[in-house]
Amino acid sequence: MKRLFLVLTVLCMLLGLSVPALADSHCMDELGCVEVAPDDPIVIASILAMSGPASFYGADTLGGIELAILGRDGMLLGRDIELVEEDSYCAAEGGQAAAQRVAADESIAGVIGTTCSGAAQGAMPIISEAGMLMISSSNTSPSLTNDNADEGGTYYPGYFRTAHNDLFQGAMGAKFAVEVLMAGAVATVHDGDPYTEGLAVVMANEFAGLNGEVVFQGAVSKGDTDMSAILTEIAASGPDLVYLPVFTPESEFLVSQAANTPGLENVRMMTADGSFNADFAPNIGQAAAGVLMTGPHVSGDAYQEFLALWAEEQPGGTDSPPSGFHAHAYDGTNLLLDAIEAVAEEMDDGVLIIGRQALRDAMAAVEDYAGLTGTLTCQEAPLYMGDCATGTALAVFELGEAQVNEGAWPPPIVWDLSMAAADDM
Amino acid sequence: MFKWKTDEFSWVDFTIDVLRVLIVLGVVIGAWNTLSSGRISLAQWVNLFAAGLSQGSIYALIALGYTLVYGILLMINFAHGEVFMAGAFTTVFFAEALNRTGFLNEQPLLSILLMIIFAGLVSMTVAILLERVAYRPLRGSPRLVPLITAIGASFFLQYTFRGLYGSGFKAYPQVKMLQGVISVGGINIPIVQIFVFCSALVLMLGLYWLVERTRIGKAMRAVSENKEVARLMGIDIDWVIMFTFGVGGFLAGSAGVINGMFRPQGVNFFMGFIPGIKAFTAAVLGGIGNIPGAMLGGLFLGVIEAIGPNLVLAGLGIPGANQLKDVIAFTMLVLVLIFRPQGILGERLAEKKA
Repeated sequence: MKRLFLVLTVLCMLLGLSVPALADSHCMDELGCVEVAPDDPIVIASILAMSGPASFYGADTLGGIELAILGRDGMLLGRDIELVEEDSYCAAEGGQAAAQRVAADESIAGVIGTTCSGAAQGAMPIISEAGMLMISSSNTSPSLTNDNADEGGTYYPGYFRTAHNDLFQGAMGAKFAVEVLMAGAVATVHDGDPYTEGLAVVMANEFAGLNGEVVFQGAVSKGDTDMSAILTEIAASGPDLVYLPVFTPESEFLVSQAANTPGLENVRMMTADGSFNADFAPNIGQAAAGVLMTGPHVSGDAYQEFLALWAEEQPGGTDSPPSGFHAHAYDGTNLLLDAIEAVAEEMDDGVLIIGRQALRDAMAAVEDYAGLTGTLTCQEAPLYMGDCATGTALAVFELGEAQVNEGAWPPPIVWDLSMAAADDM
Repeated sequence: MFKWKTDEFSWVDFTIDVLRVLIVLGVVIGAWNTLSSGRISLAQWVNLFAAGLSQGSIYALIALGYTLVYGILLMINFAHGEVFMAGAFTTVFFAEALNRTGFLNEQPLLSILLMIIFAGLVSMTVAILLERVAYRPLRGSPRLVPLITAIGASFFLQYTFRGLYGSGFKAYPQVKMLQGVISVGGINIPIVQIFVFCSALVLMLGLYWLVERTRIGKAMRAVSENKEVARLMGIDIDWVIMFTFGVGGFLAGSAGVINGMFRPQGVNFFMGFIPGIKAFTAAVLGGIGNIPGAMLGGLFLGVIEAIGPNLVLAGLGIPGANQLKDVIAFTMLVLVLIFRPQGILGERLAEKKA
């Protein structure tokens, strides 16, 4: 018995000595490495809203990820790509729980997520601490890429996004309201989500900066169906434009009930990418005609090919993407896979070594990447830490009869940044 | 009132009385500030009231399902919101089909009637299956057991319907006949709100007739009074309980269609959650187990929710008053539980059930 104990102790000590020695021989990265054994797959994870009312955004993103993996025949560096799916429910606590499960799995090289900015605030501290990186295709809240905590920034190293920052979107809405609509007074409505609140505040500040008057700033709650109380209050404040960057279906209820609210019958409405989907106008009916939307503007042949591939493969069982961020997810996944490809080193024993800091550096170095969503360059200015989208793939759309009656999508563009530049000249 | 003055002094009674005075003061001051500022015109108040009444009649229809089941089984069927969703979500496809063929706008009343019956039958089926599969095997177990089962059943139904119809948002087609407003003395009331209120009223009267005037209604009342004695009288308890679930389901399904006429958007697998909780609040407000109470509680809750934020909270200078609409609803619930636990109309049940 005593001898067995001695042997075990010696074995343990040997093992203890050999492990760091082994690691040292392979991994030189300050954040550690992902080691992929010869026959193992390369693992990436998704943290998306897969259940709850926002789950169709998750399905949209997941489709983009799956098609990006499929675009490489499911292989990277001669190995299978494995996707681990986690659910974040579009909420901070969901993001936190999902991130904890992901961080515990050392084989995961990188994460695509989250669906909602709120979930990212719960997930990012954990993902960042674990040395991983996360690329979001739909978080647009400005705080996530702002590293100045005094301004409410919540940036964590390792966070990147291919979705546009709402600083671009809110400024665009305000500029359009003042320069094209000639609006003098605006009312803004959010729903308490960090994304919608952030966007409403950005738009209001930009609008005020252009000498407009912000006459009402209010909020609805998620799950509200009866908007008559807030609409009555908005009508009493007398705006020229109501800016409501909230999610569907609350935005649908607001627009549809505004048409029956005395004093708001002829006031223009503007919403944002949280409502940017093909069902919005048909769901509302006639009242949707004339509603303005700011949202992602993705076009080009590559995108058409992507849509054709979607129709053929039907990820999630749908013929077409259910929302507007699938292309961003496709680009994000490709950036992640490219980065892995660039930094991975195969050792003599066939083990693949992926340095975690090297992976982040490779992402930060992305410049002029031609993606479906336009040219991506990951930036580092204090306000845009990790922002890879440059705000060019955005436009103002106007819903018309074709959207209401035939469900035509996307709606016609009435304004984009190139027109803004032309105006300035 | 002011029990602590007469009885032996108790801090609990004292605190409750102070709370009572503060609430009354808050409501009076808030309302006074709002009304004297003239920010909202009389016509707008009437509009808010009418919208609240319509919303309230939908709550009332769902609340009846809670109250009927509670009256008979003394259990809260927390999956009832999902029964509502089942009817509303399924019928959206039927409504779209009617709209495509043009039948919806040619024969609007007949179409709506068909939709109500269709949704009612779907929800009825779901409610009966729910009773048969999830609740009947647990009858006689401690009261917490069916309650937890109901929560599980609620998730099960949500994600079953998500699997069936997907996770996107649908909307009911708009019926041309119900668009537009009726003007009464310069006040415009949307026709759809009148329709919602009237059709809910018809359904509620129908239920009242069923419970008070028919044989099965008498059996329902008997089972609610005392199950064992009812059994001895030759009433098939299982059948009556199933029937009660069915009736509650039918009302919830028809509420789904009426809700779809009133608020066409936002139809998805999650849509039953909030109305379910609100209707439960309405049922408790009116006195759970009491049928007229559920109707009154629903209407009351709808109106308070519509008027409360603008009248009281905005007047007290609380920012984002409209976002606190749900706070008003659930504060009402808490207040009722503190001051009048038996609800507005009281629980007309045998003593030992309370």
